[in-house]
Amino acid sequence: MTHKGIVIKGLEVVAQASGAPIVDEIDLEIGAGEIVGLVGESGSGKSTLGLALLGYARRGTKISRGSVILAGTDLLQLPERVRRLQRSRLVSYVPQDPAAALNPALRVRTQLAEVLRNGRKGDVESRPDLATALQEVELPSDDSFSARYPHQLSGGQQQRVALAMAFAARPRLIVLDEPTTGLDVTIQAKVVATVRRLCRLTNASALFISHDLALVSEIADRVAIMYAGRLVETGPARALLDSPAHPYTQALVRAVPSLDHERRLTGIPGQPPSPHNRRVGCAYAPRCQFRQLVCDAEMPASTFLRDRTLRCHQWRTVEASGSKHDFEIRADARRPGNTILRVQRLNAQYGDARVLHDISLQLGKGEAAAIVGESGSGKTTFARCLVGLHAGWFGSIQLENEELPQSAVKRSRHQRKIVQYIFQNPYGSLHPRRTVRSSLVRSLYATSDVDREAARLSADSALESVGLSPEVFGDRYPEQLSGGECQRVAIARALIHEPSLLVCDEITSALDVSVQASVINLLNSLTRERAMSILFVTHNIALLPHIASSVVVLRQGRIMEAGAVDRVLSDPSSDYVRNLIRDTPRFSSHGDQAGLLH
Amino acid sequence: MPNPSGGLSIAKLIAQRIGSGVLVLVAVSMIVFGATYGLGDPVRAMLGNEATPERVRAVAHELGTDRSLVEQYIAWVEGLLTNEAKSFATGRPVSELLGPRLLNSMILAGSAGLVAVLLGVAGGIASAFWRDRSLERLASLISLVLVALPEFVTGIFLVALLSTGVLHLLPAVYIGSGTVLDPLALILPMTTLVLAAAPYILQLARATMIEVLESDYVRMARLKGISELRVVMIHALPNAIGPIVQTIAIVLAWLAGGVVVVEFLFRFPGIGTAMADAVTNRDLPTVQAISLLIAGLYIVLNILADVIGLLANPRVRHGSR
Amino acid sequence: MSALAEQSAVAGGTSNPSQVRAALRLGRTRLGLALCLAVIGVALVGPWLVPHSPTDFVAGPFQVRAPGAPLGSDNLGRDVLSRFLAGGKALLILSVLATIAGVGLGTAVGAIAGYFRSTIDNWLMRLTDVVLAFPHIVLALLLVATFGPQPWLIVLAVAIGHAPRTARIVRAATLGVVEHDYIRAAEAVGVPWPSIVFHEIVPAISSPLLAETALRFAYSLTFVSSLSFLGLGLQPPTPDWGVMINENRLALTVAPFGTLLPAAALAILTVGTSLVSDGFSRVVAGVDRGIKS
Repeated sequence: MTHKGIVIKGLEVVAQASGAPIVDEIDLEIGAGEIVGLVGESGSGKSTLGLALLGYARRGTKISRGSVILAGTDLLQLPERVRRLQRSRLVSYVPQDPAAALNPALRVRTQLAEVLRNGRKGDVESRPDLATALQEVELPSDDSFSARYPHQLSGGQQQRVALAMAFAARPRLIVLDEPTTGLDVTIQAKVVATVRRLCRLTNASALFISHDLALVSEIADRVAIMYAGRLVETGPARALLDSPAHPYTQALVRAVPSLDHERRLTGIPGQPPSPHNRRVGCAYAPRCQFRQLVCDAEMPASTFLRDRTLRCHQWRTVEASGSKHDFEIRADARRPGNTILRVQRLNAQYGDARVLHDISLQLGKGEAAAIVGESGSGKTTFARCLVGLHAGWFGSIQLENEELPQSAVKRSRHQRKIVQYIFQNPYGSLHPRRTVRSSLVRSLYATSDVDREAARLSADSALESVGLSPEVFGDRYPEQLSGGECQRVAIARALIHEPSLLVCDEITSALDVSVQASVINLLNSLTRERAMSILFVTHNIALLPHIASSVVVLRQGRIMEAGAVDRVLSDPSSDYVRNLIRDTPRFSSHGDQAGLLH
Repeated sequence: MPNPSGGLSIAKLIAQRIGSGVLVLVAVSMIVFGATYGLGDPVRAMLGNEATPERVRAVAHELGTDRSLVEQYIAWVEGLLTNEAKSFATGRPVSELLGPRLLNSMILAGSAGLVAVLLGVAGGIASAFWRDRSLERLASLISLVLVALPEFVTGIFLVALLSTGVLHLLPAVYIGSGTVLDPLALILPMTTLVLAAAPYILQLARATMIEVLESDYVRMARLKGISELRVVMIHALPNAIGPIVQTIAIVLAWLAGGVVVVEFLFRFPGIGTAMADAVTNRDLPTVQAISLLIAGLYIVLNILADVIGLLANPRVRHGSR
Repeated sequence: MSALAEQSAVAGGTSNPSQVRAALRLGRTRLGLALCLAVIGVALVGPWLVPHSPTDFVAGPFQVRAPGAPLGSDNLGRDVLSRFLAGGKALLILSVLATIAGVGLGTAVGAIAGYFRSTIDNWLMRLTDVVLAFPHIVLALLLVATFGPQPWLIVLAVAIGHAPRTARIVRAATLGVVEHDYIRAAEAVGVPWPSIVFHEIVPAISSPLLAETALRFAYSLTFVSSLSFLGLGLQPPTPDWGVMINENRLALTVAPFGTLLPAAALAILTVGTSLVSDGFSRVVAGVDRGIKS
């Protein structure tokens, strides 16, 4: 039974209380067996759209308009009870966090069997049984495995169970909502390969929602870009990413770090509007370099351009300007000065478990180095030992030729001053009940004897150096700031001490791609101006050329490889690093699809 | 492989809880002893106004308060266990007084607890399902008011409403004696206790149910196309039962102490009034005995609540991989 | 202004994130506060407004109406109105003292236990468990049986009951907060631990703490008045609402004001306090869903 795919027309989801649209005027078609990637940053409404395709609206929202037609039925016109029955049969869902989506009180086989029971009556032969469903996602199919409870599985296994549940009843459409966020790169590669294989096998259409442009470029046939609740550009994956036609897509492509491009990361100033703040006219206009009066006056209609659908008033101008790529070299290869950090045979443990084995490295003044590893590699533990937040270590850490005591409490004021730490979660690292200025000032008091006036001046100048105006931001609270702004405040709080070494622990992992680029550029310029050394901890290899000149790769607490970034990326000496590089998604501007499809 | 020792560690955890409960009971007995005999002066309490130096010496020797505190404590525990403790007021063994009263109180608290649990759980679950309707908001407000009121105030209002000029339905004060209970006279004190306990259970059951109904895994079950009935019965309720039953145990424990004021209000012949009277008369042995009784019951119910919490959590039942 | 600043001004919103303000925006908090203030006003100002001294005899016992006693006389013939106006102050003062003592101690214990965890947490929580093993009222009665009903003892008995319960709540809230990176940031820069506990953690848990304080105050009121009702708290001839209810309930049918007036005052005060506490809890739980999507 062939199916003609899915047609979505005029879909709109609004907030029930205010009527403000969260998702608006969505027209999209997905062919049978086709994978469409839906890309958007936070607040774009992509998750809401994904759920709407199942006819589901979150509490406080409702699907106000539109149709979702598959297998000849408009899902949104069905009464609620019938619509619910069609889930799993016609359309299914893979959530972002499988741990939260699996019922902790029920065994794996119970939850999987529910889906199998729900399948279409006519397809009994083509439907798999429990064992086959597990085998299809490369999980053990024996009883002892299927009798497990969710907390007895690893993150990757949980996600595979979620995939099995999604495919088991052979639906026509699978909606995958950021299914690999939080997974290690190698596991991510395997999960994505499984998705691709199963789609081919069952001829299902798939909507792959993600913020990761590089990942989407590797798996999707077509790509749809979403901004502030609307689709701004849709087209074939390769063509769209090689020569994007919409200004936002162009800016997004320029902001994504990729191993293949020797290009500077460029951020997008400002941030996306929230659903309550959407305006008349094009939502992207305030951040757009091609902005004209008409862009603020009315929302652009859809234009059909060769292989694309596009919403932009200025598309002719954009096309004419061509998509330039900046081929500047990114992170300057600075000549490192004298060694300021010397780590020798550092060993760390949690309780009885040893998590770091004999780590040694050196960092010169003004040098930028990256510590790369997957989860469990010990990279965060290493960073915490450096700054004294984790006291369970032995070995030697020398900063500016002084041996550092294990915990921060035992260190001198000067020692605490010269190394500063920036955390991953932008909102969690600022005290929710303090204003920005107050947080900065309070931090300063801990290491320096200054009076109130001097502290205030230092705080204001630190804010300015991270691009935040003190008059506007000084008295704001963290919940009034965006993620990028919070992270800048965190950087200011570090700079106020005038450190020699900045330790950054995955500081951009929780940020949108466009904001990430700005923060990284800010860091680069700051470290250059102040001859500050920087240690950048990350799991994302694609960032390396943009942030560091040397890298140390950790695996399960041991150094796998170390050296100059260029050398390690082009000619790794260990298989582990080679595999990591291979599994990291990228998009190249050349026609070949390297990477995952092997 | 599922952890085969998962079952073992549950037994160990439960044994630990019970063990620490026993320790707590011993500690409690020391506090009871220390607070009354240690800090206070049982001799003067017993003699009251008739305390001349000779009588003080004589009574002190008889009670054994001229010995060291530790010896006294041991003798005291022995006395408790062999039922030798004699009330200061009547001179008769404490157990004689308490036996029938304990039964009455247990009937009162037991029946109140049963009704409160039924009303509270049913009301809480229904409340959770209808949480957007305005009727439910009213019900929530009423719950809040009832939980806030002191028990004796609720009791007084009930009496004013049902026993006096407004409606002459029920006796305001318990008239009767001994062991045979008049069911009609049981109603008001029982209702007062129910009005104090049921709304609390309702609020907690409601909150737990809402948390479960809005959880990610229940949402996922709906997205899988499962019927609403199955979603509620198989996905939602099992995760709500644990915390709800724990709450019930906690409320029952509270009832053990809550009877005191209510019994006093209605002059109900239970251990609550016995306690109030004993305290007024500074009848220390009786006070000690009732304190230990109530505290013991309280500890047992709290241990039960802990154990249920452990059993209801699949992570603890089955261990991690 | 730069484009960055302008965009932020648009997206940043104008709400003062102070959660006290947010709680006060809720209707129920305002109602609760109004009710509380009304009764507290009567309790504090009342003693100055009494037409007679609360201990003077003005009529025969249990007269529903008498000259000079518009609301009747109580069991000994004293003016109900005067005794009512004078009967709230002691109750209020004792309750406030007990709440401050109990919540203060409980917060210190809970925050320290939650911050340090490991052995300190273990021992503190064991201690808490032992005190919690008593139903609060039994503990209070034990103490009264030993020392007699004295005001300082009442405050102590009530406070000892509050401390462990508050400690539990504060510890749970602290555990939720202590994992956040701003605590780590303070540690990394060398802020000493008392400053972290009292200047970082306690302000961060201020909302659940305020909700708990309001709740504890309601319990204090209940407790102190219950003890007086039992005849084991404030003693006659002191005018006190709990004592009044006990003294006058025999004549509930004949002369109701002596019982119902103090009962109503207690009811309004405890309900008002609970409403305020509920308001704070809602802000903490984010039940105010309209603001966050």
